[in-house]
Amino acid sequence: MMRAALSALLSHWRRNPLQLFTLVAGLALATALWSGVQAVNSEARASYDAAAATLGDGQYDQLLPAAGNTIPQATFIALRRAGWLVGPVVEGRIGAQGARVRLVGLDPLTTPAGLGPMTRAAAADLPSYLEQLPVYANAATAAKLEGVIDAPVVIDAGIAPDTAIADISVAQRLLDRQGDLSRLIVATQQPLGRPPLATVAPDLVRQPASGGSDVGRLTDSFHLNLTAFGLLSFAVGIFIVHGAIGLAFEQRRGMVRTLRALGMPLGPLIGLMAVELLALALLGGLTGVLLGYLIAASLLPDVAATLEGLYGAQVSGTLQLRPAWWLSGLGISVLGTAIAAAGALTGIARMPLLASARPRAWATARTTTRRLQIATALLLLTLAGALTVLGNGLIIGFALLGCLLIGAALLLPFLLDVALAGAQRIASGVTAQWFWADTRQQLPGLSLALMALLLAMAANIGVSTMVSSFRLTFTGFLDQRLASELYVATDSAAQAAALEAFTAPRVTETLPLLSVDTTLAGLPAELHGARIGATYRENWTLLDQAPDVWNRVADQHALLVNEQLARRAGLWVGDNLALEGGPTLPIAGVFGDYGNPIGQAIVAEPLFRNIHPDVTALRFGLRSDTPKALRAALEQELGLSAGSITDQAQIKAFSLSVFERTFTVTAALNVLTLAVAGFAIFMSLLTLAAMRLPQLAPAWALGLTRRRLGQLELIRAMVLAVLTASCALPLGLALAWVLLAVVNVEAFGWRLPMFLFPLDYAKLGVFALFAAVIAAVLPARRLARTPPSDLLKVFANER
Amino acid sequence: MLLSVHALTKSYAGADGPVPVLRGVDLTLAPGETLALTGESGSGKSTLLHLVGGLDTADSGEILLDGQNMMRLDDKGRAALRRSAVGIVFQQFNLIPSLDVAANIAFQARLAGRYDAQAADRLARALGLGAQLDKYPEQLSGGQQQRVAIARALAARPKLILADEPTGNLDEATAGEVLDQMLALVAETGAALMMVTHSRALAARMQRQLHLRQGTLA
Repeated sequence: MMRAALSALLSHWRRNPLQLFTLVAGLALATALWSGVQAVNSEARASYDAAAATLGDGQYDQLLPAAGNTIPQATFIALRRAGWLVGPVVEGRIGAQGARVRLVGLDPLTTPAGLGPMTRAAAADLPSYLEQLPVYANAATAAKLEGVIDAPVVIDAGIAPDTAIADISVAQRLLDRQGDLSRLIVATQQPLGRPPLATVAPDLVRQPASGGSDVGRLTDSFHLNLTAFGLLSFAVGIFIVHGAIGLAFEQRRGMVRTLRALGMPLGPLIGLMAVELLALALLGGLTGVLLGYLIAASLLPDVAATLEGLYGAQVSGTLQLRPAWWLSGLGISVLGTAIAAAGALTGIARMPLLASARPRAWATARTTTRRLQIATALLLLTLAGALTVLGNGLIIGFALLGCLLIGAALLLPFLLDVALAGAQRIASGVTAQWFWADTRQQLPGLSLALMALLLAMAANIGVSTMVSSFRLTFTGFLDQRLASELYVATDSAAQAAALEAFTAPRVTETLPLLSVDTTLAGLPAELHGARIGATYRENWTLLDQAPDVWNRVADQHALLVNEQLARRAGLWVGDNLALEGGPTLPIAGVFGDYGNPIGQAIVAEPLFRNIHPDVTALRFGLRSDTPKALRAALEQELGLSAGSITDQAQIKAFSLSVFERTFTVTAALNVLTLAVAGFAIFMSLLTLAAMRLPQLAPAWALGLTRRRLGQLELIRAMVLAVLTASCALPLGLALAWVLLAVVNVEAFGWRLPMFLFPLDYAKLGVFALFAAVIAAVLPARRLARTPPSDLLKVFANER
Repeated sequence: MLLSVHALTKSYAGADGPVPVLRGVDLTLAPGETLALTGESGSGKSTLLHLVGGLDTADSGEILLDGQNMMRLDDKGRAALRRSAVGIVFQQFNLIPSLDVAANIAFQARLAGRYDAQAADRLARALGLGAQLDKYPEQLSGGQQQRVAIARALAARPKLILADEPTGNLDEATAGEVLDQMLALVAETGAALMMVTHSRALAARMQRQLHLRQGTLA
């Protein structure tokens, strides 16, 4: 019995291969984008975890210098002698530009067990280890180190990407930091009765373990953004699946009735259909996971660049097949199918055995369903409005996005119907009136595809507005922050002093780049010392400022903070901020600091030097009207190497290239989502074409040629695309506003001004129109070539 | 007795309350017997046929089919009874559009676990469908589709065939031809036949005729 019923159910797909293709392709596309994003996230998280496992990021308490970047080795020795169980760490970067490797030096004898590879090696073969003192790295990093260091490199796949681990003595030698340490790791178990830290090492502060990877938490918001995009793409794909399943079930109502009339019980029949859907979901999901792998493999290098550029996080550029993401891909495919099929399956289960076998118009919105849809849409949009006013936090930001997008999508068929009804009222010709009426009749069947198009276009407008606004702001920001014509790096304090003396008569301003890592308002931050002059006064635009801001900062009566610190610490202009080891000063201005993950404060150079007398500036910005001549003089007369001098244009070009790479991922996802929506329209039109003969045959019989009917199909697709695009524009702009004003602030700590790009929107509109025409060409061509005998069958008794 | 119906009632919900369709119907049918149910539109003919076939449930009364009390069976039990004892021929044919003719004919027999390929083939040829076996329903004329539906019902070797206006969609000449074939094959298999029809001429060819008027047998 089951075999006979299953063969009947499956025969539907055999006879309707296009429908089967739509369903599997929809699932595959939805799963591909989702699992592609998950693969990227999974790879990044694995990299963070590898870093945490080998370097102890976030797992142990750490001792850090209260000011500056180094801890004298003598402090470590003093702590050990006092009974503190601490392990020293030194870190820095080695290798050529573009292939930099983070070198971390650990002491295998004092580092907590399980941290770094040397403890394992040391336990296994200590004499050999002590003899060789190798550097550990994964294969890709080892290749970068070839010829750069003189120590032997041992390949260990468990080491985080672009990271190398070595014994501390080796690392100090390679980094040229003999006697210097970066931080100390505090073992979990400490002896009782040891003296307090403030007594033994007053210059150190204890940073508690954060319980996980710091970089992992820092990048969470980025991954959440990617996940949200993946989810949006998945939702667009599920619209296709919903349409395909709805159509298939609608067409099989007659078959189900017959099967039941011939003796197939309802329960096993529903069970068989569920199994059939599960098999299709797994097939689509598997295809999607494979496609997702390809997408992720192509996106990962750009994502790695983004994470490095935005957060300094190292992520492997190569993809591995991790069970977490491919299983989640299959899982979401099954879940999506279940969501898309729930209504159709319930409908079949509730269908009385003697219900009409004639298929209802596919997805026809009955009055109650339509009312419910409009009510849900209005409720979601109201909720979105309420969340905008009342909510805050990243999750609320995404909930707001969800309400806005789903609400607008649900409202779309109603808005389109109103527009089409208006057009029908004002149409004068009989063909035009029929055209508008027929388009309205076709709307229920196309509404899912049009919703998908709306979401894809809105996402495109929203994300491209955000990226373009960011680009404009960032370019302005670069002009402001990279005002100096030349940037020079010196090797030592002596060379720095010589440079200042040499350039004094030759430049309009010399700007030392003084900075130190510190803690501000309880948050990790940087303190900068600025030589306040014409450059700052004329170029820097502040987001908010007190009167006479620059004079007050220059006179050491106030300071500036970046937006990230201001928002995270809940500070703004007029509030006071205590400087570690220095005075408490009022905030006179807040500056935009895009691309910087941590907080920053700027004080006048003399104040900085008072607080941190041991910090010397080794890098300088030079203002000059004749940068080429100055550069030549620095090289020839002062003997600086060409590599130590960078001009402004080079840095700007580099920064912009990092920026562009950063958004390659979103651009790629944008295009893919739009392509999926185009596919949805194509499939809807194609599957609807065969069902529309009863509506088209009378028009043909009354005098419209098949060719004319085909042309009208094309025009219909264009009209619907234009109407959908005009709804997508305000929705996309609302989406952009939420991304810029809510999500970005929560995710990155900065708020960007919103700019409008009408030309880009017009281009997108043309693209959508083009996609609609392409999608409609084949169905229209089919219609234009429909044999008259098929049209006549509509009027025949036996149909 | 193959079928025994006693005091059967059925009503449908209407705008002004329940609308009675059957008001206490009694009838019997012996194995191999043929019976015509006639009556005006809305007299309850099809409803009675559906209740006997277990496609719908009665409000009250009793239906004993092949020794089983239909009123005590749940949906699953009624489905099993339909599979094993009943063959239904609908006015609208109700073939499975995605299966070819051969598969459609075999379908109910396979569901019932009584499929005999040779018997099905013989049946198809007897109904003049030998050349159509690999075609799909949409490629057949109305008469051919109804022949497939009859072959499907007979191939499962049911004890009772229920036919609801089986020739209602066919022209007069084709209708006569199809009915001839159906009656001959029903007689050959020994099944009982209960047929709903508007046509007095067709009804006259059955062994017994019952006329329904406003939900009761006249």
